[in-house]
Amino acid sequence: MKTPFVSLKGVEKRFAGHHAVRGIDLDIAAGEFIAIMGPSGCGKSTTLRMIAGLDEPTAGELWIGGRNMRGIPAFQRDTPMVWQNLALFPFLNVAQNVEFPLRMKKLGADASRKRAGEWLERLGLGGMGDRMVSQLSGGQRQRVALARALVTEPSILLLDEPLSALDAHLRVRMQTELARLHRELRITFVYVTHAQSEAFALADRIVIMSDGLIQQAGRPQDVYRAPVNPFVANFIGTNNLVSGRVRTSGGGQIELDSALGAFTVPATSTSVSTFASGDKATFVVAADRVALAGEGAAQALPGHARLHGTVLGLEFVGSTQTVFIEVPGSDSEFRVQKQQHEIESLGLAPGQRVQLSWDPQHAWLLPQAA
Amino acid sequence: MTATAPAVPDDAEVAARQRRTRLSRMAQYSFLFLLFAFMATPMLVVVVFSFDANRFPAIPWGGFSLAWHRAVLQDEMIADAFLNSLKVGFGTAVISTLLGFAAAYIDHRWRFRGQSAFVLLVAMPPAVPVTILGMAMLAFLSRIGLFGTVEAVMACHVVLATSFAMALIRLRLGELGPEMEQAAWNLGASPAVAVLRIVVPFCKPALLASFFLSAAVSFDEFMIAWFVGGVHETLPVRILNLLQGQVNPKINAIGTVVLVVSITLVLLAQHFARVRASQLAATA
Repeated sequence: MKTPFVSLKGVEKRFAGHHAVRGIDLDIAAGEFIAIMGPSGCGKSTTLRMIAGLDEPTAGELWIGGRNMRGIPAFQRDTPMVWQNLALFPFLNVAQNVEFPLRMKKLGADASRKRAGEWLERLGLGGMGDRMVSQLSGGQRQRVALARALVTEPSILLLDEPLSALDAHLRVRMQTELARLHRELRITFVYVTHAQSEAFALADRIVIMSDGLIQQAGRPQDVYRAPVNPFVANFIGTNNLVSGRVRTSGGGQIELDSALGAFTVPATSTSVSTFASGDKATFVVAADRVALAGEGAAQALPGHARLHGTVLGLEFVGSTQTVFIEVPGSDSEFRVQKQQHEIESLGLAPGQRVQLSWDPQHAWLLPQAA
Repeated sequence: MTATAPAVPDDAEVAARQRRTRLSRMAQYSFLFLLFAFMATPMLVVVVFSFDANRFPAIPWGGFSLAWHRAVLQDEMIADAFLNSLKVGFGTAVISTLLGFAAAYIDHRWRFRGQSAFVLLVAMPPAVPVTILGMAMLAFLSRIGLFGTVEAVMACHVVLATSFAMALIRLRLGELGPEMEQAAWNLGASPAVAVLRIVVPFCKPALLASFFLSAAVSFDEFMIAWFVGGVHETLPVRILNLLQGQVNPKINAIGTVVLVVSITLVLLAQHFARVRASQLAATA
C-alpha cells in the first residue's frame, strides 16, 4: 500500500469502567471503501468517532492525510459523517441543512445556495430545497444527510450504520446509490455496520472487530473463505465449527480429535508449524461444502468425512436454503447450505435422519478453541 | 359475571354502561366548572368593580365609570411603581432566560461530580418560603450596599425566575439528543458556533416561553420586592401599601391592569411552550 490516507497506530479508547478499543492498527488507503463490522459493543462506532474527532483516543496515534490528529478538534478535521439517526437539523429546511457546512467554511450565501442546489440535484432531490425535513420520506432524508456530508467535497466520508433505519427495499436502493457515489467521487469511505450483506456488497476491504480488537481485515472473499480465527469463522455465519485437540501432524495431513470423532484436514507448510500434538484447535468446514444424503443412502465417496444427524429445521434464503442439523455430541447445530432444488430432491423435513459428508480438502483448522 | 356470559354484551348492559359514562362525564365537567368559578370569580369581581361608579364596592352596581382608572393614571406613585415593575420584569426576563439557558446547557452537555446538586441549587429558590428568602436577601444586600435599589429587586427576582427558566429549557434540551450538536461540529462548526446556530434555534420556543414566564413571575412577586426594594416600590408592593392605608377603589383598577398584564405574559409563555409540542408532533 502507498502512504495510507488514514492510519491508526495502536489506538485505544478507555471510557470510565469500559475499555472500548484495546489498541488497533489499521491503514486505510485513499479512495478505499472499507467496512468495519462486528457485534454491538465491539468498538466499531468508537473507532469511527475517533477518526471524526468526536472521541479522543486515550493512547496511540491517528493520522489523516499525513497529519497527526492529536488535539485537532472535530470541527477542524473535515471528516463528515452520516449518522445512524441522520441528525438533520429539524428547524432548517432541506437547502439550509445542506448549506450549513458550506456556511461554516465561510462560503458566501449565494455560492452556498448554488453548491447545495447542485448536490441536491445530484442526489435526486432537485426542487425540494424549500421543504422541511419532517416533510420528507425516510429515503429522501437519507439523501439529504448524504448531500450535507458531501457538499464540501471532503476526501473522506464516514458512515455510521446509515441504512439501518430503512426498510429492506430502500436499503438495497441506497446501497446502489452509495456504490455509485463511491465510484464517482473516488474518496475514502469508512462504513460501520453490523449488516454483513451491506459490508460484503459494498466494501473493498472488511475489518471485523470484536471486544475492542481487530479480528481480521481483508478483502471480502478472503474473510469469507479464510477466516483467521474461530470468532470470525463464527461471525460470518456460514461455517461449521468443531473444537478439539490436534492428535498427529504430518504426512500431508493433520488429525484432530473431537467429541464428534476424528477429523483430518490437509496440512500446509504453515499449518504444520502452527499445530503441534495436543494443541487446542477449531475444525472448520463451510456450510456450502457439506453434502447431504438420506441416512440409508450409499456410502459417501471414499476418503470423505461422514457424520449423522437429525434435521432440526430449514431456513429459506432466496434460491438457497440453510438446513440446521443436530449432530449428537456437538454444542451447536450444523449448517448446510444447498440450492433450493437439491433440498427438494432430498425431500427433507424436520426430524429426518441424514448423513453429512465433505471432502477433507475443503476443511481447515484454526488455532485456539471456539 | 359467569363463565357462560356472552362475548357481546346485551343491549341493557350497553345502555347501562353508556348511562354511567355520561353521568361520570357530567360530574367531571361540573367539578371543572366549579373549580374555575372559584378561581375566576374573585378576579371577575375586581374587574367589574373597577368600572363601578360607587365609592365602595357594593351591589347594586353604581353604573359604568372610568373614574378610578383615570385616578390610577394620575397617581404618580402608582405610575412610578408600574415603571419599576416594568424595569424589574424586563430585566428579570432577559437575565433569567440567559442564566436558565446556561444552567440547562451545562447540565445537558457535561457530566460532572455534583451535577445533581448543581441542578438542585438552581431549582430550589421557589421551594423556599418567600418570607425567609426575602429576609435573607435583605440581610445580604444591605451588607453589600445594594439594598433599596431597583437592581436589587431585579437580582432577587432573577434568583427566583431562573429556576423556572431552567426547567422549561431543560425539557427542550432533553429532546435535542447529543448527535445534533456533534453533527454541527462534524460539519465544521466550532462549539460556540454550534451553540448559537443549532442549540439556541432548537431551544427558541422554550427560550421565548421562559422569557415571558420569568416576566410574569417578577411582575406578580410581592414579598421579596417589599423586603429589598426600600422606597422603590413595584406594583404589587404599591397595591399592598394602598390597601393598608384605606379601602380605595383605585385598587380594583390597578388590580385589573395587573391581571391583564399577568395573564398576557402567562398566555404568551404557554403559547410558546405549546409550539414545542406541535413542532414535536410535526417531526414525529
